[in-house]
Amino acid sequence: MTQPNVQPDRGYVTISAEECKGCGLCVEACVPRVLALAAHLNHQGYHPAEYAGAGCTGCGLCFHCCPEPGAITVYKLARPAAA
Amino acid sequence: MAKQLIKGNEAIVKSAVLAGCRAYYGYPITPASEIAEAAALYLPRAGGVFVQAESEVSAVNMLYGAASAGVRAMSASSGPGMSLMQEGISYLAGAELPCVIADITRGGPGLGNIAPEQGDYNQVVKGGGHGCYRTLVLAPASCQEMADLTALAFDLADAYRNPVVVMADGFIGQMMEPVEFAAKAKAPGSQPWAVEGNRETRPNLASSIHLEPDRLEQHIRHLEQKYLRAEREAVRCEHYQTGDAEIVLVGYGIVARILKAVVDEVRKEGIKAGLLRPITLYPFPSVQLRALARQAHVFLTVEMSTGQMVEDVRLALEGRKPVEFYGRCGGNAPSAAELVQVVREVARRSSPVLIPDAITKTEVCHG
Amino acid sequence: MAEVPSGYTVLHERPKAFYDTFERKGELQQQTHYCPGCGHGLAHKMIARAIDELGIQDRVIAVSPVGCSVFAYYYFDTGNVQSAHGRAPAVATAVKRSRPEAIVFSYQGDGDLAAIGTAEILHAANRGENITVFFVNNAIYGMTGGQMAPTTMLGQRTTTSPLGRDPFNEGYPLHVCELLATLEAPVYLERVALGNAKQVMAASRAIKKALTNQVKGLGFSLVEILSPCPTIWKLNPAKAQERVREEMVKVFPPGVYRDHTTERAARPAPPPAPGLDELPRLLDLEGHEFDRTGLERPAGLDLRIKVAGFGGQGVLMLGEVLAEAGLLLDLEVSWLPSYGPEMRSGTSNCHVRIADQTIASPLVAQSNVLLAMNEPSLRKFIGDVETGGWVLYNSRSLPEGVTAPAGVEVLCIPFTELADTLGEPKAGNIVMLGALLEAAGQLPAAAIDRALEMHVKSARWLELDRRALELGRETARKELANAYV
Repeated sequence: MTQPNVQPDRGYVTISAEECKGCGLCVEACVPRVLALAAHLNHQGYHPAEYAGAGCTGCGLCFHCCPEPGAITVYKLARPAAA
Repeated sequence: MAKQLIKGNEAIVKSAVLAGCRAYYGYPITPASEIAEAAALYLPRAGGVFVQAESEVSAVNMLYGAASAGVRAMSASSGPGMSLMQEGISYLAGAELPCVIADITRGGPGLGNIAPEQGDYNQVVKGGGHGCYRTLVLAPASCQEMADLTALAFDLADAYRNPVVVMADGFIGQMMEPVEFAAKAKAPGSQPWAVEGNRETRPNLASSIHLEPDRLEQHIRHLEQKYLRAEREAVRCEHYQTGDAEIVLVGYGIVARILKAVVDEVRKEGIKAGLLRPITLYPFPSVQLRALARQAHVFLTVEMSTGQMVEDVRLALEGRKPVEFYGRCGGNAPSAAELVQVVREVARRSSPVLIPDAITKTEVCHG
Repeated sequence: MAEVPSGYTVLHERPKAFYDTFERKGELQQQTHYCPGCGHGLAHKMIARAIDELGIQDRVIAVSPVGCSVFAYYYFDTGNVQSAHGRAPAVATAVKRSRPEAIVFSYQGDGDLAAIGTAEILHAANRGENITVFFVNNAIYGMTGGQMAPTTMLGQRTTTSPLGRDPFNEGYPLHVCELLATLEAPVYLERVALGNAKQVMAASRAIKKALTNQVKGLGFSLVEILSPCPTIWKLNPAKAQERVREEMVKVFPPGVYRDHTTERAARPAPPPAPGLDELPRLLDLEGHEFDRTGLERPAGLDLRIKVAGFGGQGVLMLGEVLAEAGLLLDLEVSWLPSYGPEMRSGTSNCHVRIADQTIASPLVAQSNVLLAMNEPSLRKFIGDVETGGWVLYNSRSLPEGVTAPAGVEVLCIPFTELADTLGEPKAGNIVMLGALLEAAGQLPAAAIDRALEMHVKSARWLELDRRALELGRETARKELANAYV
């Protein structure tokens, strides 16, 4: 997803669609606005949150504002990007 | 160890500590307050906990907490306080948490008075709280039994994982008699189901909630099995001169003490009387009573109430023999002389109901 | 779920203090039972993270009473105690005191903590219990479907305040932090809100601090969490958050209401428990041995004694000494007092039985000894004294109109006046005891003396009582001699 000649994002986020209840609080909290509720429904009939795939800063606010224990996992870039 | 002249209430506490009790949570109330006072002195000395709670409601929930944590814990109260504890007793039974509560009974209903009465039978023995549960109930008739039955109560509580009530009237709580205590102190044990705040017990849960009807029914059936086991195995009673008894007196606590004197007295006149004294009020000695029905002509239940245990006597006998009742209440205890009259009367007639008012009031310990 | 690109490591993930799967929950074992956007999920997660960060998972015991969070034990992989409505602070008190090493928190809603459990939270806080309380305030009863809470705001419509909370009918919203801040004991009280990401982060810090305080042994900490309830409020999660942010904080201002965490020292650890072999001594069970050498156990004895008088005349003590002496002589004894308010003023009496046979009833209806310290007691009980019995009365003669039953011996001596000559009218009871020993004569003086020693702790009083006893004996001896002249 990251393109070779572009600085990689500092963070990354995964959302477990089946654990998400579609409350949208992560979307509200996301500063770079890279989260949104999906158009499709999950098995329980919620529109789960989705990551746009790029632009995550790894701030973790979406994780902290998500009421579900394990719906969101936030990652950070482990090593500095190659110059 | 030498016998000690000691109040029944105080004997409960010393015996409890020797039985491994290390926590007391309670609210003062006459005529049970000496239990809290002795506990405040002796529990901390033994490395235990004493907390004077803000109410009996809190006290019984503190018992719930201590029992959850696997500690032998107790409280004590009297009628009005027992009423307040019933919610918590239901939770304790539901969550299968062992504890001991001493009920030193007084007169009711409402504020009633502080003199001894046995009007708590129904709320304690039949379970005053909600749901299908029972409490095991022990009824001491002497200071020595205050000690012995308190120790037994802790063992029964653990064995059945259920609250056990030691129910004594204010006389037994307030009087002093020589008591010989257990020679060896028991070490506080540990319970595999307890929530202790460590790795081993981390998976444990103390709870009385079962949302699914099938699971709750299964749980209630499990409790029921325990109670049936108690009815088979835990019954205790004392027979006094019942071998050839044609008239069987039934009474517990202080009443049984008076009835013993009555049995001795009327036997001098040739009336073949005997006494069956329930020591466990639940499980009730129904089988033992039924056995006596083979030879006895009549049963006479005496209580310091308007008749609560008498219902259990009638249920036990299932109509096999007439059951008479004589009761005093309001803090009055029947005197031996008064009861001798009643027994003579019962022996003379076969079945009529006695009217207590017809008997002259005699002196009792109060007023 | 998208594949995580290489080069990334986990920064935030499901806290370890949650179970991996919620097996106690019937279905959907990855999710909580809370509604979308509910503040409970957030609060749970913050607590779980704090537990992880403090490394205390094995030590934690969560107490969850009634409310939406009654099932907190589905989620926290810790020790769990589920409790009755409102009673969690009482339960937590005893859990903590039973297991001081455990980290105990209660997790309570507004109805639970601020209505039905008001007494429990107030007193747990006032005792300064070393527990942590998480108080989730969403101004409504969620679990039962939207009834009014003690924290429901003025004008707020609920199913039981359908026209909006009216202060003249329902009173005002209860401010728990402010209320508890009037107490001396609490160490830390803070109100936080879950109205936006910034508030959530502040709440997270408060929660961790409240648990840290307990780890340090500092005492009672409470964090009030203003929390959205989108379903019952009938707002979407974002709007519900906005309501917390815009409306609730005006009624319940967030902030630190108490922070004594820096100045407060850790509570002292309980002293080590004594060995089991020390218990008999600590329970005062020792020292009751009595050398009976040279004392004969009186045979055929059946004393049924009634001691009666005004409160403060030493009636109960006199009875106790008699019973104790009987026990020292290896006799059967019982002592039964009147008790209650009349003990402190008005008349007081006790029944004492001393016999060489088992005592059936400890009640003395027919006595063979009446010790009457005053006239009302004499009048009340003299009719019950049996033939051959004794009446000792605290005056020079029986009052007018009072006669003893036939065959009853009467000894009238002004015991209190005699005690006055010793400088202590309160010793009248012991003067009377001396007279009784002389009159009835069945109890050896050595046993009475030893019983007095056991009951009278002060050396001055013991000396006085011994003199009183002797004075009573002497006076009675003279009286009796005169009577037979």
